[in-house]
Amino acid sequence: MMHALAQKFSTLLIAFRRIFASPVAGILNILVIGIALSLPTGMYLLLQNAQGLVAQISGAPQISLFLAMDTTQEEAGKLRKQLGQHNRIANAEFISRGLALEKLKESTGLEDVIAGLGNNPLPDAYIITPKQTDAKSLEDLRNELQRLPAVEHAQLDSAWAYKMEALLEFARIAVLILASLLSLGLIAITFNTIRLQILTQDDEIQVSGLIGATDAFIRRPFLYFGAMQGLIGGIAAWLIIAISLLFLKAPLATLSQLYASNFTLHPLSMADSFSLLLFSVYLGWLGAWLSVGRHLSRMAH
Amino acid sequence: MITFNQVSKRYSSGFEALKQVSFELEKGEMAFLTGHSGAGKSTLLKLIAAIERPNSGSVLVNNQNVSALKRAALPYLRRNLGIIFQDHKLLFDRNVFDNVLLPLQICGFDHRESSKRVRAALDKVGLLKREKTNPIALSGGEQQRLCIARAIVNRPSILLADEPTGNLDAEYAQEIMNIFKSFHQVGVTLLISTHDAGVLRDNQIRVIALKQGEIQTSTATPISDEQHVEQTCLPTHPATEENEPA
Repeated sequence: MMHALAQKFSTLLIAFRRIFASPVAGILNILVIGIALSLPTGMYLLLQNAQGLVAQISGAPQISLFLAMDTTQEEAGKLRKQLGQHNRIANAEFISRGLALEKLKESTGLEDVIAGLGNNPLPDAYIITPKQTDAKSLEDLRNELQRLPAVEHAQLDSAWAYKMEALLEFARIAVLILASLLSLGLIAITFNTIRLQILTQDDEIQVSGLIGATDAFIRRPFLYFGAMQGLIGGIAAWLIIAISLLFLKAPLATLSQLYASNFTLHPLSMADSFSLLLFSVYLGWLGAWLSVGRHLSRMAH
Repeated sequence: MITFNQVSKRYSSGFEALKQVSFELEKGEMAFLTGHSGAGKSTLLKLIAAIERPNSGSVLVNNQNVSALKRAALPYLRRNLGIIFQDHKLLFDRNVFDNVLLPLQICGFDHRESSKRVRAALDKVGLLKREKTNPIALSGGEQQRLCIARAIVNRPSILLADEPTGNLDAEYAQEIMNIFKSFHQVGVTLLISTHDAGVLRDNQIRVIALKQGEIQTSTATPISDEQHVEQTCLPTHPATEENEPA
């Protein structure tokens, strides 16, 4: 058992040495694999960050009801009762025009501008949290609330979030397509590298077969090579992403400050990094397996 | 140990290499396989190692029908055979030691045991001092002996040699033959193809003579000089040149 492991380990070492036997070709291969993997992974990372941002900003979908400026106490009371009893509303929070002004001052930092306005331009408002949150019922509820007498304007706050969500979905599929294509490319790269290697080691393969080597024995060093090349390519991809994030950090911080937000780019999580490496190892292994398999079946005929 | 039963082999080009060949080689027996080039000697040896498959008939090795073996079973058949190839098939990307090591790596021997065996095999063929040399730097005779060392390192019960003395002068050829005889003495079954008249004359050993893919004679007793002159093409031996068959 120990001995079998030792033998596999020495095969692994041979595979490692072969990658850098011709350093330029080896490094170029790894670079190509690294770039091919870092493109979809990087885009995936940006998407994830965008999604996080959307979720953070939009939260649960809400409807803002802005009351007419000339609403009487009586009308307001009646509206409060109506909203409280409505069976499709989970919660209705009243925000007086004074409070709204305070909040505006706090969140935007536009104090000077607001101070310059003189009197408060904001109306009283309700923030409605609906029970059903699908796009259709939200729109229905908004229309219904819009028709209430004291309501000047009913606004669906999360409409843009839904649009954003749809856009992200579109981008997600685009990334998936890109990732699939580049994965195929990665398999092709390994396939070709291994094919060239087989050509240079054809003698060894032939002789080994003639003196009793199993297909598994012949395949092993090439599979290890493919997997190893995939792993190093994966690490290169990870580094490319990490370094790119480093470069993006400063400009993003400036941008985020300008928008008075504390948004930061999250790096690849441990799980995602692990998946990236596992996936690149698998693709390298697969390319090698296909390449040697083709050669062995040709040899058999 | 090795039994051929009505074995025929036709290559896809249509060339009929072997026709209805039958013979038997006992365990521990040593025999020469003779004939012109193209008589089917190499094909016969390849059939034993299942490098080629017969079109009809059966080839038994150790009572196992190798012509019916599945591809996955072939490695285990070949590990029991020592094959000395006509073109040596040495690997020039590694030294003498590592060339002999290959069969043991394939069988999964551990490092210490295989080093011991490699050195023993190299010692047997007199190449122990050359273990670090690249085989390309060896002479023809030394390359041949290296090839023998690789074939025997696994201690196979059967040794097949295809023209092992092909390009060697008489002295080297006899040296190689003496190595084979020493294996014969310890019970290894040997089948050696040759068209070297000197080798045949100097060694009193059974001869299986092939002519155009058919067995002409299979003698248990050594053949006389005159007989093998008729059966074999002997370009290297001056005594036979004028008698060479048309």
